Amino acid sequence: MILLLITTVLLVALIVRSILLTRRGRLVNVRPLTPVEEMIPAIDSSVASGSPVLFVPGTRDLDSMQTVAGLSLLDQVARACAERGAELLVLVNRSLVMDEARERCRIAYASVGRGDDWNDDNVDYISDDPLGFVARVDGVIARRRPGACFFFGFFASESLLLAEGGHQVGAIQIAGTASAVQLPFFVAACDRTLMGEELFAAGASLSGDAALLGSLVGQDQGKWLVLILLLLGTALVTLSALGWAPAGEVWTVLSGLLPEG
Amino acid sequence: MIRLRPQHLLSFVAIVLVVASFIAPPGGDEPRGVASLFAFADSQFSSWFGVLAVFAFILGGASLLRTHGRRVRRREGDWKYSIVTLVSFLVVLVVGLGKFGGPPGLTGDPFSPEGWLTRIFSSVLSPLHATLYSLLAFYVASASYRAFRIRGWESSVLLGSAMIVLVGRIPSIDSWTDTWPTVFGFLRMEAWSLWLLKVPNTAGQRAIMIGVALGIVTMAVRMISGLEKGQGGRK
Repeated sequence: MILLLITTVLLVALIVRSILLTRRGRLVNVRPLTPVEEMIPAIDSSVASGSPVLFVPGTRDLDSMQTVAGLSLLDQVARACAERGAELLVLVNRSLVMDEARERCRIAYASVGRGDDWNDDNVDYISDDPLGFVARVDGVIARRRPGACFFFGFFASESLLLAEGGHQVGAIQIAGTASAVQLPFFVAACDRTLMGEELFAAGASLSGDAALLGSLVGQDQGKWLVLILLLLGTALVTLSALGWAPAGEVWTVLSGLLPEG
Repeated sequence: MIRLRPQHLLSFVAIVLVVASFIAPPGGDEPRGVASLFAFADSQFSSWFGVLAVFAFILGGASLLRTHGRRVRRREGDWKYSIVTLVSFLVVLVVGLGKFGGPPGLTGDPFSPEGWLTRIFSSVLSPLHATLYSLLAFYVASASYRAFRIRGWESSVLLGSAMIVLVGRIPSIDSWTDTWPTVFGFLRMEAWSLWLLKVPNTAGQRAIMIGVALGIVTMAVRMISGLEKGQGGRK
């Protein structure tokens, strides 16, 4: 547990340091995410064809970080739709998410001076039941034929049911989830997919906000920290297996600091 | 005077929960002193979320009634489906609250085997779920076909791996390959399939999990510090 605490404190320190540095004006260079770069052209394409844009912020409640990450992307999508005059449909299966999504869309539309164009009913609460939710979303996709479908957040077995529904109407589909089990389905069925950590970085990346981009730099530095720890652990275990006793002793001490399980 | 904003509340609760997970981890020893305070706060905040979710459920139900009611009133597109939604919602709500067919009263179990609610679930909802779920078989086939089409070396690797796993998972393949001469042992697809699932697949999944953990920490820092404006940080 102590090692976990030290690693967490170090990670947080790296992220906070990066945020502070970018706030002081240091320029940051963040790796572009292809799916994020293709979101705005997908919205433009929907506007050109007169089709709505569909957004699903996962199938979990607000206590899931993936839902929060999905909603963070909704801010940017709603703003882009408001600027271009695209119709945005947000389908949710949790009432708390519905309330949060309505608030975010309202703010996004108002921020570009189109507050009157927003209608709360465009965020539609369907059902907490995952398969009931999928049935309605696929129905909306089949009837309204959106030009772009965005699926960002946690998805279980509904991932493929949703993505195939969008594929059948020829929509441009961009998805993102941190659920490793569902990623293959999105990769197979969607045009672009945000994988794992990219989901949490996408909102910041799309916003272009310097402080948010700074947090991504800290996250990347955290990866180096994890890589060093991985290499250290691998080297200690290997040397111990080869019979070098001091490595075994250090590994015993370090592994004792890790949380059980 | 400092004015309490939602952001302050969010930061306070988040920090308490993070500290609690370190000094009073779930499943650990009985917390004492300050640790017991954090453990208490941790359990209370979790309960409060449950209470909030119950109120939100009323909000969701009201939204559903309003949205579909308006569609029916104005005869908007697909209004007939809205009638089905409204009738289903109200019937299940009345049957559930009235506990028809089951033990009545506040303590009566609405999901008792003889209750109407259980019958609705088993004879209407379950078959509908099964029907929708069965579509996955066809969707997996069509999505796999698109993904495995040879477009470059990446899709070729994907196709090769998928074929090995598919062939290796055929039931009773062991009994067939056991009859092979030892010299062809390296062609046993079940061993290749197991290796693909255990080594490259596990490595990839762990890499994704580590990345996700880092992403969650970064997101949490942004939320606690108020950089994520939408999540309670709105002014």
